[in-house]
Amino acid sequence: MVNAADVIVIGGGPAGVAAAVELRRRGVERVMLLEREADLGGATRHCGHSPFGMREFGRVYSGPAYARRLTVEAERHGVTVRAGHSVVSLHDEARLTVACNGVVSQFEAERIIVATGAREASRAARLLPGGRPVGVLSTGALQGYVTLHGLMPFRRPVILGSELVTFSAVLTCLRHGARPAAVVEALPYALARAPASWFPGLVGVPFFRGATLLDIQGGARVESVRIGHGDKTRDIACDGVLVTGHFVPETSLFLSSGMGLAQGARAPAIDQDGRCANPLYFACGNVLRAVETGGWAFREGRAIGAAVARDLAQPRAMRRQDPPRVPVAFEQPIKLVVPGYVRAEDAAAGALGEFQLRFIARVRGELSLELDGVRVWARRGEFLPERRVLVPMPAALHAARHIAFRFGEG
Amino acid sequence: MLGCSGADELFDVAVIGGGVVGCAVMRRFALAGAKTVLIEAAPDILAGASKANSAILHTGFDAPPGSLECQLVQAGYREYLEIHAAHNLPLLETGALVCAWSEAEAARLESIVAQSRLNGVPGVRPIGAMSARALVPSLSAGLVDAIEVPGEYIIDPWSAPLAYLTQAVALGAKLLFNAELLAGHFQGAWHLQTKAGEVRAAAVVNAAGLYGDVVDARLGFTPAFTIKPRKGQFVVFDKAAARHVPRIILPVPNETTKGIVLCPTVFGNVLVGPTAEEQEDRTRATVETQTLTALMRRAAEMMPALEEMPVTAVYAGLRPATETKDYRVACRPEQRAITLGGIRSTGLTAALGLAGHALSLHAQFGAALPAALPLVPPVCLPNLAESRPRDWQQQGCGEIICHCEMVTRREIEAALTSAVPPGDFGGLKRRTRAGLGRCQGFYCNAKLAALTQGRLHTPLAVPAESG
Repeated sequence: MVNAADVIVIGGGPAGVAAAVELRRRGVERVMLLEREADLGGATRHCGHSPFGMREFGRVYSGPAYARRLTVEAERHGVTVRAGHSVVSLHDEARLTVACNGVVSQFEAERIIVATGAREASRAARLLPGGRPVGVLSTGALQGYVTLHGLMPFRRPVILGSELVTFSAVLTCLRHGARPAAVVEALPYALARAPASWFPGLVGVPFFRGATLLDIQGGARVESVRIGHGDKTRDIACDGVLVTGHFVPETSLFLSSGMGLAQGARAPAIDQDGRCANPLYFACGNVLRAVETGGWAFREGRAIGAAVARDLAQPRAMRRQDPPRVPVAFEQPIKLVVPGYVRAEDAAAGALGEFQLRFIARVRGELSLELDGVRVWARRGEFLPERRVLVPMPAALHAARHIAFRFGEG
Repeated sequence: MLGCSGADELFDVAVIGGGVVGCAVMRRFALAGAKTVLIEAAPDILAGASKANSAILHTGFDAPPGSLECQLVQAGYREYLEIHAAHNLPLLETGALVCAWSEAEAARLESIVAQSRLNGVPGVRPIGAMSARALVPSLSAGLVDAIEVPGEYIIDPWSAPLAYLTQAVALGAKLLFNAELLAGHFQGAWHLQTKAGEVRAAAVVNAAGLYGDVVDARLGFTPAFTIKPRKGQFVVFDKAAARHVPRIILPVPNETTKGIVLCPTVFGNVLVGPTAEEQEDRTRATVETQTLTALMRRAAEMMPALEEMPVTAVYAGLRPATETKDYRVACRPEQRAITLGGIRSTGLTAALGLAGHALSLHAQFGAALPAALPLVPPVCLPNLAESRPRDWQQQGCGEIICHCEMVTRREIEAALTSAVPPGDFGGLKRRTRAGLGRCQGFYCNAKLAALTQGRLHTPLAVPAESG
């Protein structure tokens, strides 16, 4: 059995729902949204804490309420929602292998939008040392415990990291009867800005910066962690370790289907319309780069949904051609640039009006953009990892044959 | 499980240790008609050395010729090939390449070919670097020479022992978990004190792995060997790596270790490891960032395509090495006791051979076992291997709980209610693959906590605070 639509969107988080809704708003008839969970909302389903929805819906929601609002939006705009559908693989000709309740079938569309979001890098992927007792988990898992199941995985965890999500996790713990034993960050500074980074201190949780995790100890369950802080080592008694942040795009489908990922971002390489190397595929939201807020993902989804609608409206003959993609060059300490390509012939404004950059480490110096060797934009300052840097796309961009970001320290 | 009446029951054989060897011994004795009991210190099987290995079914090509290890590896290899299909156990017939990365290593290949001839392993032959790279194009150009060992295969290191023990349970075996052996006395029969009560048995088999010497001492014997735990760390690469590694890539072994292996897994990943690190501790197997990084570097040296490959999992295991290389098997007919000690890297393969060997040693005790049952109930395990249909492809499987490994709710519920249910979370992962994939539980850990409430010795969710 073949299931067909004009556009299939994979992933029912903010980006995917926004893209699907925008396509319907622009008159695309058959828009299908595939979600592997039972409900739409993606990560917002279990974010019990943050304010969501201010910019897109004009009011503030909790994560789960925002997820319900997304469901209502998708239904109201006539998006065909297929929950409990797991996409198994992507095929070149805009065809998907999809599993639902043991039935494996093929889904086809004119265009596919991948909006599979991001997740925290696991303890294993971060090569963290120590034993492997029960009680080591990510913030996403913790949120699932408290929001979706009314459970707690620990009472006195040590929390690793210093991103916004880290401090949100401290709050989640306190609200659900757990008292973090410490917050531990390997860098000498907090990744999130103040005042978030003051939060552990305000609630009396020790915050060790520049401290390295050396061991996770315990038999069946975590009993303590050992950290190196300066030239001292210190054991901290705890019953769990929460590994926060270090978000990575959820690119399993690209990896397993042999489609390439962009350097640095470890994400699908897109142009300014969210178009992948295979022009029948688009991507939007946090699968492009980890990690932005739900609201950011929503706006990006809407913009790329609009671009896909424009793409579908083009005469078929034009679609067949593959206009040249100019890669956006960069080097460390720049970690990633989104979009990684600029589609040269596209004179009209693309879905993304700005380059999004991130750095791998805290650096001070001058960031600049060169088109065909000519510097067209520069900014001097301090740049921190896990913080977004936005660079407006100049009008001359679409004619450029060489696009490069440069960074000079000092 | 044993009830309160456990102490009154006299078992034919008590097996101490639920690693792969203990599970295979339980199966072999149960098939022979014996009334068996497993005494395991942990809440689940495979808690020690058996939970972490490279999952290779060895031919014994490089085993010391004429050694007991060589004999039992080959017996175990043959028996696995005979029984795996009936138990629905996977077999990846990959074959292996022994790769020499220097002239010095290349010079040793000839003796390995000669050794494999002595050991009667067919098909082992030098093929040269060119042919090796034709078979495995992702191998680095730095390859100097290679030999092919076509019979080296990959199996599921966890489903196999589970099948052995499930077979024993189907034949009436009893299992005692959280039952560390405290002491044993032989007075016509064995009186075994465990943390879960007393057990009486006519004969005892010590398959206690990392505690083999300790258990021998607790049984009142002067241990013939000392366990010297040897840690091995592993890195598991993303499934995207699998297409680069169609065969097992073995190094040229040295005196102490078989060296760092690069091989596919039945679950569709690629692993690199193990290291060989001596340590005192018999329980803690930690990973270290620097060592893992070095393993990844080694993998990328052998195969440059693995340079940027994402890591799915890391783990470490302990091998129960002793003062000498060979297996430390002892038989004490007067006390009706058998010790299967010092079973290191080859234990997964040799387990079935060791079990047969233990049965033949037991025959010397003169204690006749009841006749074997004429009808052996079939034991068919759920398939976890990527190469064959999984539950998510079967109608009515219901919700997928673990998206990375595509594990269904039906599979998890089946494992929790199986004949040998998981005692801890690690046991559930090994039985279903849930949580073993790319996200390592980011998406499914909370669901698993809810599904396993009241089922695991160490629960994932802590009890609600009282008051």
